[in-house]
Amino acid sequence: MGELRLMKGNEVIAEAAIRCGCDAYFGYPITPQSEVMETLMANRPWEDTGMVVLQAESEIASIHMVYGAAGSGKRVMTSSSSPGISLMAEGISYMAGAELPCVIVNVQRGGPGLGTIQPSQADYNQATKGGGHGDYSLLVLAPASVQEMHDFVVLGFELAFKYRNPVMILADGVIGQLMEKVVLIDQRPRWTNEQIAEISGTWATTGKSKNRKKHVITSLEMDSFIMENNNLRLQAKYDQMKDEEVRFEAIECDDAEYIMVAFGSAARICQKTVQIARQKGVKVGLIRPITLLPFPEKIIAEYATKVKGFLSVEFNAGQMVNDIRLAVNGKTKVEYFGRMGGIVPTPDEVEAALEQKLIRG
Amino acid sequence: MSEVADRIKEIINPENLVYAKSPLLNDDIMHYCPGCSHGVVHRLIAEVIDEMGIQEQTIGVSPVGCAVFAYNYIDIDWQEAAHGRAPAVATGIKRVMPEKVVFTYQGDGDLAAIGTAETFHAVNRGENIVMIFINNAIYGMTGGQMAPTTLIGQVTATTPNGRNVDLNGYPLRITELLAQLPGAAYVTRQSVQNPAAVRKAKKAIRKAFEIQAMKKGTAFVEVVSTCSSGWKLNPVESNKWMEENMFPQYPLGDLKDGSRADAGLYSIKG
Ligand SMILES: Cc1ncc(C[n+]2csc(CCOP(=O)(O)OP(=O)(O)O)c2C)c(N)n1
Ligand code: SF4
Ligand SMILES: [Mg+2]
Repeated sequence: MGELRLMKGNEVIAEAAIRCGCDAYFGYPITPQSEVMETLMANRPWEDTGMVVLQAESEIASIHMVYGAAGSGKRVMTSSSSPGISLMAEGISYMAGAELPCVIVNVQRGGPGLGTIQPSQADYNQATKGGGHGDYSLLVLAPASVQEMHDFVVLGFELAFKYRNPVMILADGVIGQLMEKVVLIDQRPRWTNEQIAEISGTWATTGKSKNRKKHVITSLEMDSFIMENNNLRLQAKYDQMKDEEVRFEAIECDDAEYIMVAFGSAARICQKTVQIARQKGVKVGLIRPITLLPFPEKIIAEYATKVKGFLSVEFNAGQMVNDIRLAVNGKTKVEYFGRMGGIVPTPDEVEAALEQKLIRG
Repeated sequence: MSEVADRIKEIINPENLVYAKSPLLNDDIMHYCPGCSHGVVHRLIAEVIDEMGIQEQTIGVSPVGCAVFAYNYIDIDWQEAAHGRAPAVATGIKRVMPEKVVFTYQGDGDLAAIGTAETFHAVNRGENIVMIFINNAIYGMTGGQMAPTTLIGQVTATTPNGRNVDLNGYPLRITELLAQLPGAAYVTRQSVQNPAAVRKAKKAIRKAFEIQAMKKGTAFVEVVSTCSSGWKLNPVESNKWMEENMFPQYPLGDLKDGSRADAGLYSIKG
């Protein structure tokens, strides 16, 4: 068993990155996640593991530094918050197009625009529907605890390399700032050049030796037929993710008449709501998508024939609710409840909404 | 006639060989227009890498611009960067593989407009990379629009009446600005308008790569270049136009030759 510590969500991102053998972090300060880079810098991992930590001149530069380092076969990450992720959009699309692995953390704040530094989940659509241009998909993980902030950095790198695709950890300001106990993995070494050759030796730009062809990291293709094939290959990869990577948690759903769907810190509040409602005798369950992309649509479709309705609870104007509606496909009622602007609803508030929108409504 | 053929046969033999294409350049026909400087500079880079014996260590970063396909011609590993971001991509590569040789190859739109921030900050950090800057005073790839380096009065697709200061501001001498940065080790402006200039440019490129090996800071080589298609001139006229109009605005020569500054000059006192 690893080391047990009391830590802040953002600090844990940094700690997990160092411990899992991450090679480099590039980032630019933005609230509410600046502690990620601050923690990394304070830990001076370059002295122990050799991990590079560099403050870039912008999020645009950060993501393209990530691109360059990831193209070298290294395990690389960045973190930011909403406006910074918007700036990275082109780079993320390039990485998906060039099939480069990396981990991107978005500790969301409220928008639009400069918005607020208070927590939010308003970047759900940005994370799961694109954000950047072109037909690409990320793998999106939604942590609901400090422990998951840790675990998803480790898992994120595994998935990023399994699929050669950027992975996003879509957290929010609550989880970023929350202090909880966390079990840390033991320090793992960074990959050696030999390991990199084994894992990424068919594509990484580590210098063209005499016995192989040159490697070119690019998303460009002028021949439409080849480009369509490239797209088909990407789509096949995304289909494989749908088959193999869906993760969710179903809480008290077995006998449920109503199911709430919520991710991240909204799911923690809904867990409390489940208790309150059940004390009142209302059979309520909770589905917590852990992967927002691929979305756990099968489990929702299964329950759609069993329950009287779903309530999507989100810290936004109702984004995930559309994915629930697609999965439910008209078989039962789907409602939304949420708050915006950095307001985190109480469990009672959610319970009242459940009552009003689903049970009485 | 057969006498001439015999004579030619006599000439074509290994002892008389004075020039051969670099083995790092493949036989693909380049997509560049006749009279374009890009191809010449590609050749020089290939020759330098080959002569320095660093093919296996070198990673090139190609831009968005006419040179996006540089990776098709020079037989080394490449990464293709988003428009303007080559210095950031190169930073990422070099920081995780400091033992490798990394260079960017960028046009004026890429390096001096959309990517100005990445350019300045890479040089200001003194990244140990080489940056090759092809200044042809126009956006070649997108069909000849105004570049930051377009001259006053120069006609382009977006300055059909000539570049106008009131509307468009001044030609950007970004190389002069970069030479001021303490992270720069070597900053030079070259051209490739004739064989002598080509030889000089090659020497400058070689020096830039040598500086990287010595970890002295950023080595920056501007090449004042032609864009015959964008300028709507034939190759001979292009060279002439460049000499007459570009050289006075972008004078050739070294702007900095040394190494990045000593941190002590910039440190707090206590
Ligand atoms: C984000 C973005 N904006 C605009 C473009 C379109 N674009 C492609 S190349 C280019 C300008 C290229 O000019 P330059 O860098 O001078 O290179 P040249 O072709 O002249 O060598 C532009 C504007 C793009 N590809 N991406
Ligand atoms: S458009 Fe200009 S820069 Fe592009 S290949 Fe033609 S001459 Fe060269
Ligand atoms: Mg140009």
